[in-house]
Amino acid sequence: MNLQFLLDGLIAGSMIGLGAIGVTLTYSILRFSNFAHGDFMAWGAYAALAVVGAIGGSLPMAPLSFGWPLLLAMVVAMGLTALLALTLDWLLFARLRARGQSIIVVMASFGASMALRSLLEFMFTSRPTYFSRAIQIAQPVGFGIRVTADQVALLLLTLALVVGMHLFMQRSQRGREMRAYSQNPALARVVGIDVDKVVRATWIIGAALACASGVMVGVLVQIRPLMGLDLLLPIFAAAILGGIGSVPGAVLGGLIIGLSEAAAVQFVGAEWRAAVAFVILMAVLLVRPMGLFGVAER
Amino acid sequence: MAAETVLEAQGLTKRFGGVAAVNGMSLSVGKGEILGLIGPNGAGKTTMFDLLAGSVGVSAGTIRLMGRDITGEPAHKRLAGGMARTFQIPRPFPELTLLENMLIARQAQTGERLWANFTAPRRIAAEEAAAKEKALGLLDLVALRRLADEPARVLSGGQRKLLELARVMMADPKVILLDEPAAGVNPALLEVLIARIQEINASGVTFVLIEHNIDMVSRLCSRIVVMAQGALLFQGRPDEVAREPRVIEAYLGGSGA
Repeated sequence: MNLQFLLDGLIAGSMIGLGAIGVTLTYSILRFSNFAHGDFMAWGAYAALAVVGAIGGSLPMAPLSFGWPLLLAMVVAMGLTALLALTLDWLLFARLRARGQSIIVVMASFGASMALRSLLEFMFTSRPTYFSRAIQIAQPVGFGIRVTADQVALLLLTLALVVGMHLFMQRSQRGREMRAYSQNPALARVVGIDVDKVVRATWIIGAALACASGVMVGVLVQIRPLMGLDLLLPIFAAAILGGIGSVPGAVLGGLIIGLSEAAAVQFVGAEWRAAVAFVILMAVLLVRPMGLFGVAER
Repeated sequence: MAAETVLEAQGLTKRFGGVAAVNGMSLSVGKGEILGLIGPNGAGKTTMFDLLAGSVGVSAGTIRLMGRDITGEPAHKRLAGGMARTFQIPRPFPELTLLENMLIARQAQTGERLWANFTAPRRIAAEEAAAKEKALGLLDLVALRRLADEPARVLSGGQRKLLELARVMMADPKVILLDEPAAGVNPALLEVLIARIQEINASGVTFVLIEHNIDMVSRLCSRIVVMAQGALLFQGRPDEVAREPRVIEAYLGGSGA
């Protein structure tokens, strides 16, 4: 048996997981499903591409296909994507949220998603593009698995982001406030939590991680305006599987979805890949709607 | 009143649709006082607390905290300004530990700023350690320290009230509004609660207390304000209130004087 699917699944899963962190935080703290989240990924990837272009050159650090300009661009793009999310919140979501009906906010996020995607197609055309066209040779690492240097680097980056994020949520005062607010918004207000800052932190973190995930997809696959939309269902499935509000849950959910998709391609057939996330999503909603690490609604 | 005024409300009014839940209510609380706020159900006591703490906005009137007009300030600013409140039915954050519930309530720390977690980790760590020590000390005060690492959902109703009292102390308030602290608390725990309130009061903290347990009110309060139908009915010492015909009539639901 070829075990390559395990690695492929792990990598797809970590990108899904990074995206799912933002979805799960937005859902538990701002209380709506943000369907524009996938487009934050695409915008993040294009922002990084633009910054790389502005810096000029990619200066690859062998054996990687990219170098410090891309890492720098990713950090800048994370900031820009966060700015995009904050602007969108200020223009649209905050106003609708104030009216208190979350379904309206959800619909607005559909609209925002379409607008963001169309803007990308307008600015960059819908033709796929790449950070680098260099071809990387995958090295065998045993058990029939081959891995490229980029894949290893990005898995490590994901690990660092996830661990950092988990520590932030568990140990820092702002992370604590975010968890508290998601459990009881009314109480959070009276114990003196500055709700505006919690909302801002949620957008910044969610958008920055979406950007990181988008850049990784860009490095490992390609950059397209539709890249975020294509990942939206797996991302939501991962967030719900992991339990809404749980950062480790979102990442674990992402890995499970990624591995299941890759396994489906290996054992069932590539045409079933997209169905996997959907099947898992339905199964979780029917059997254990609070997800793996979620808490049942009281 | 000889002491200086800490909290003062004038002509406070709150209308919900056409109904005025609080209607032109005024009160003033002196420094170091424990003021009782009583009245029949529906008199507007809790709404009065909501207005004072900033959970809901006023329809009319002004609120002053240590001489400063805070009428338009949101709740978290009032807390930072020195006024905290507890609830009739306390609800901690169920999935946070007791310690985390305490730490949530501390005020304006460097750790709140996203960047500072990276730029000034040592200062953050020091503040965190100091806050933890203070939180554990306060949990000790209310006899909950051994549960510090348990999620708050395991607490009984009475323990939740104690946790809430400890939590509001985290912000070093000058004034604490207590909404029915005795309701649903077993007698043994109630004695602990009364003793803690007296201790905290002795350290210079002012209290306003909504309470139906008249025994507790008479033991704690030197002065009582009686509300009925959203307005001031009477105020005076506990023994004066107990003798006042209008108060008795309001409680017994008379047809009005």
